[in-house]
Amino acid sequence: MRSVRSSRWTGCEGVLGIDRRKSAPQEPGRRETLATEAHRAIEAIWRIESARLIAGLARFVGDIGTAEELAQDALVAALEQWPTSGVPEKPGAWLMATAKHRATDLFRRRKTLERKYEELGRDVEREQRGVDLDTAIDEDFGDDLLGLIFMACHPILSKDARVALTLRVLGGLTTEEIARGFLVPVSSIAQRIVRAKRTLTEAHVRFEVPGGAERVARLASVLEVIYLIFNEGYSATAGEDWVRPGLCEEALRVGRILAELAPTEAEVHGLVALMEIHASRLRARVGPAGEPVLLLDQDRARWDRLLIHRGLAALERAQRLGGAIGAYTLQAAIAACHARAATAAETDWLRIVALYDAVAQLAHSPVVELNRAVAVGMAFGPAAGLDLVDALLPEPSLKAYHLLPAVRGDLLRKLGRFEEARAEFERAASLTENVVERELMQRRAAECTAERIAG
Amino acid sequence: MRVLVLAKEGVRSEGPATPPTPEAMAEFQKYNEELVKAGVVVGAGRLYPSSQGKRLRFDGKKRTVIDGPFPESKELVGGYWLWQVRSIDEAIEWLKRSPFDGGTYEIRQVLEMDGM
Repeated sequence: MRSVRSSRWTGCEGVLGIDRRKSAPQEPGRRETLATEAHRAIEAIWRIESARLIAGLARFVGDIGTAEELAQDALVAALEQWPTSGVPEKPGAWLMATAKHRATDLFRRRKTLERKYEELGRDVEREQRGVDLDTAIDEDFGDDLLGLIFMACHPILSKDARVALTLRVLGGLTTEEIARGFLVPVSSIAQRIVRAKRTLTEAHVRFEVPGGAERVARLASVLEVIYLIFNEGYSATAGEDWVRPGLCEEALRVGRILAELAPTEAEVHGLVALMEIHASRLRARVGPAGEPVLLLDQDRARWDRLLIHRGLAALERAQRLGGAIGAYTLQAAIAACHARAATAAETDWLRIVALYDAVAQLAHSPVVELNRAVAVGMAFGPAAGLDLVDALLPEPSLKAYHLLPAVRGDLLRKLGRFEEARAEFERAASLTENVVERELMQRRAAECTAERIAG
Repeated sequence: MRVLVLAKEGVRSEGPATPPTPEAMAEFQKYNEELVKAGVVVGAGRLYPSSQGKRLRFDGKKRTVIDGPFPESKELVGGYWLWQVRSIDEAIEWLKRSPFDGGTYEIRQVLEMDGM
């Protein structure tokens, strides 16, 4: 396997995009080493603290944009001071206190925000009177973080904006890292984030943890964003890599955090279960030359048993919380059927078909229908599957979806209709933008030609 | 990346010795909870004293079973964590925040993807 695969995106080098040499002391040697060490520590601390720092500040100042700027100011202050003064004992509290002081300055300058300044002034005074800042942060931090997640994933933002903002403020990723993860120019991501913050401010989106019916809709938006990030890592839609595990790890991490923050939400556990089980196959999905290996061809010994175990536990939790008919929980249950089968031949396809039936009842989705057709093909034979796929051919939303001809080609091939199968695989190859996936489809097409000649 | 954190508690882990005070336990639990809430912990376990452990030594075709306790008191592992972090530095930062006041804790990166 190419060595860049796991290190390229998850690597921490230059996480903050700051040239370390600039802030290092002038003379070389020991002091420079110390400065570098401090910078590495600051990067790590930023990864740990930034989300809760921004969350606490956002509750304070009311909007993500200002909160993030203040947090960045505190980071710059740390970069200036820590290399010489050393990392403080409670770095999170230091960053928060620094950011709050900057906030006070900022509001003093912005006379129009008189009221907030007073609130803030009181708060700073309270700290100065000796209230333990750390405790004050700890108390609200769970709700703050939840509020931040709901804000970054607000439905008034486009999907792309929600994804970028979530990775930025919750994952603590730089604009450059997000751009690299999604293979888009840095300027586009920067613009998306700026626009997203402006949209939130202009719409006066409140920093809150929504309740009742609104919570259901808002939570759906949050789960969608996390799953989008995961899927972009799991089946990269474009580029030369078939998987980008860094994105999967980020999505899983946000999912696991959310499961701790909202432990009674069945679908949160359902989504975590789905991601854990899918992630368990990451290393089996890629062959020695970087080529994709599809589920039924995978070496199951390479599946990550720890993640399967975690996924099954999360699934059980989701089901116990009454989530058995939730969309993510149902998909996790399907993934679990595969995870439990020791060999591909032992897969319980009848159960999978039943679970897809349940998914299809939740909402009409041609993609779900296509997956159901695959399961039907496995449970009742390729002809039955092909009937269902053919019924999907007029579906406008699947017109450019490469997996429709890919699945159809597969079923035709099993029926011995090699010439038709070859045409379908070639069509699939022309529709995907992922290089390795295109090669897989071209290989399938070539195999069909060979089988036709041999047959 | 995943890292394995080995708690090399030395003779402490060999005890029945003195159980930790309720305060120390509470402090540790608070720390562990913070790790879990941050999505860092993916696995964890405590080990029985090495007196209940076994070692198998391989020498060609020959296998020798050695009963515990093991002599290398400083190297004895009392427990482990499996953490999901973004860098070794992040793991160091988390570990620094622990309430431990003795022993050596070792961070080792788990070989993934490439090495498999």
